[in-house]
Amino acid sequence: MSSDEVPHQGVLRPAPESFLSGELISAISRDGIDHHRRGLLRGAFGAAVAAMAGSAVASDPDIVTPPEWSRTLGKPVATNPYGLPSLYEQNIIRRQSPGLTQTDQASVAFTPLQSMFGMITPSGLHFERHHQGWVDIDPRRHRLMINGLVDTPVVFTMEELMRMPSVSRMHFLECGANTALEWGNSAVPTVQYTHGMLSGSEWTGVPLSLLLERAGYDRRAQFLLAEGADGSSMTRTINMENALDDAIVAYGQNGEMLRPEQGYPLRLVVPGVQGVSWVKWLRRLEVGDMPYAAKDEASHYVDLMPDGSQRQYTAIQEAKSVITAPSAGQKLQTKGYYCITGLAWSGRGTVTKVEVSVDGGRNWREARLEGPVLPKMLTRFNFDWVWQGDAALLQSRVHDSTGYIQPQRAELVAVRGTRSIYHNNAIQTWRIAPSGEVDNVQLG
Amino acid sequence: MSSWARWSALFIAGFCCSLAAASDYPEAVLDIGRPATAEEVSAWDIDVRPDFKGLPAGSGSVEDGETLWLEQCALCHGDFGDSNEVFSPIVLGNVTDEDMTAGRVASLTDPAVVRTTLMKVATVSTLWDYINRAMPWNAPKSLSPDEVYALVAYLLQLGYIVDYDFVLSDENIADVQALMPNRNGMTMDHGLWSVGGEPDVVGSACTRDCDVDTTVTSFIPDYAMNAHGNLKDQVRDYGPFPGVQTAPVSSAVVESQPAEAAAPEATLMANGCSGCHRLEGALVGPGFDAIRERYRGQDVADYLTDKIKNGGSGVWGSMPMPPMAQVEDGAVAELVGWLLETN
Repeated sequence: MSSDEVPHQGVLRPAPESFLSGELISAISRDGIDHHRRGLLRGAFGAAVAAMAGSAVASDPDIVTPPEWSRTLGKPVATNPYGLPSLYEQNIIRRQSPGLTQTDQASVAFTPLQSMFGMITPSGLHFERHHQGWVDIDPRRHRLMINGLVDTPVVFTMEELMRMPSVSRMHFLECGANTALEWGNSAVPTVQYTHGMLSGSEWTGVPLSLLLERAGYDRRAQFLLAEGADGSSMTRTINMENALDDAIVAYGQNGEMLRPEQGYPLRLVVPGVQGVSWVKWLRRLEVGDMPYAAKDEASHYVDLMPDGSQRQYTAIQEAKSVITAPSAGQKLQTKGYYCITGLAWSGRGTVTKVEVSVDGGRNWREARLEGPVLPKMLTRFNFDWVWQGDAALLQSRVHDSTGYIQPQRAELVAVRGTRSIYHNNAIQTWRIAPSGEVDNVQLG
Repeated sequence: MSSWARWSALFIAGFCCSLAAASDYPEAVLDIGRPATAEEVSAWDIDVRPDFKGLPAGSGSVEDGETLWLEQCALCHGDFGDSNEVFSPIVLGNVTDEDMTAGRVASLTDPAVVRTTLMKVATVSTLWDYINRAMPWNAPKSLSPDEVYALVAYLLQLGYIVDYDFVLSDENIADVQALMPNRNGMTMDHGLWSVGGEPDVVGSACTRDCDVDTTVTSFIPDYAMNAHGNLKDQVRDYGPFPGVQTAPVSSAVVESQPAEAAAPEATLMANGCSGCHRLEGALVGPGFDAIRERYRGQDVADYLTDKIKNGGSGVWGSMPMPPMAQVEDGAVAELVGWLLETN
């Protein structure tokens, strides 16, 4: 921005770092703010305020003249009986990646992570991934059947399922193909498309273990088939270990019923496991003694290795993190303080630490974890940064409760090559140009 | 991390998070739900496993499969299962006699070779199960078991796994399994099946002066930055990080042509039309451009309304259009009006 341009409303200029010494800025950038540096910062801010008091600052017309919303009668209650976001939030929607798929029924709409806060995904922004379109099922005609290696095959209505003891748990949901486009090179322009098959929700339903006990499942069975009621009747083999541990047959999402795009009125929740196994419009569970080699575990969702073998029944989403803002496609407007923010999660447990690098992974400092930090759920992290206007390479790296550390892309590719499509949990790099523009890059 | 530490971490995680067992609730909980009837189980238990448990008796010839394929499958998959217009190719060669003998498709290691279904799939049961439950695309579960056998037989013949005079049945499908080109191509030797599985790659804990190559080796070139639309419009525009303008900013207002009425895209999407019809060019059914061209200026509103509501076939080819009875009258009128340019 040239000096004679009007600054963006609400952005203070000159930026506070103009009153800081270069030495102090680099010390904070490198090592963060300690008690001594905070004192130096306060002193510098005081000097800045004093300097500005003496200068003529034009008054803000939005303060001086009452805006129209301060001078009118507001709208009545229940104008929108089901509430909607503000008119000013229309950019924040799910989007498709052009050319990714040839039909809109076997496709993806990505979540706009770049504009979101906290750890909960609003249900209307939850990413969509369907294999043969979505359906809106009449809950009075929906049934769940449990059969296979059980004492008695059983059927439940929705009324019966909703009568049973319920649990509510917060868990992340990530598609196994999230970040799939980025194995070989930087391919898509924003975090919505690189990481937007990711969500965090509170799920409510019946513990799957309880339903299996109701049917009298064979204690030796290792596998469970989950099947949908939609046209695709999609199936996936579930590890009985997950099924008995923390899986939920869910009807609730963030306090209301599931959205149709998320499987209304019933879906499987398998915490820590890739989204394709969270079968939507769930109609049947079959207890079995061998895996089922369904289409989405024999042709798709198999991870091709450099030796030509395909890893089958890959399920767990290993620990991963990404900076959501600033991220590619965004622009830093002035030098000075920024709160770098992002998400971290692990399908094997709990996030224990997130580190951020601003120099492409050479040096790392710990980020603040915002609470609550829950197992197999998104964790929001924040990181203080004073930008001096130089080029920078932003990365985040997560550690989880098993001791696992998120790998660099080069480390992952060295073992798995670039053609495995699924389970890309590599460290993501965002490049900041001196202009403030951020783009998606890969290093080394 | 030592394996002891990993297992103890796993134990703690399991201990703290496992959901309750039935013994934690009054016994009456287990009275909820009712036994399924045998008829109900057989109606829904349609899966076919790799050991062919669940496979109904029946048979179908390659020849019958070819006829069915051309009628119901070729529009999306191509006459020979090789099209990538709508879906990934099912058959495309790339399998050698050596592969057939070894049960491993060597060309899977070649990045220049397009991966097809028959190169990847290890289990013939997968083909049977999937076609039976989910195909055709717009009319799933409409095929009889014999038709599914015939279609699987046709695909196997396209892949030179069986001869043209082959008849596939529940009796000989296990013999076909022994011929599948990539039957030995899958592995479960990885850590992603179980929550306690061993990771194959773990990152570094280094925090200072780490030995990493920070050379930028890949980025999106300027000409491609607008391929996903203007990024400025995809971000909250008043926050600390507004979006980058990637669409060209035009300095002059372009005089617009008295354009055709915009396509009612929301209606097309909401009612599932766009699953089979594109605005331009055929997909499963004819493109809307061709439909508009054929009926331009004709008084056929009632005819098109009937076609949408009740379906039909034979006008644009043998692929039937299913009845779209669920589309509301207002939406049908909007679509017909748009097609005939009378809105």
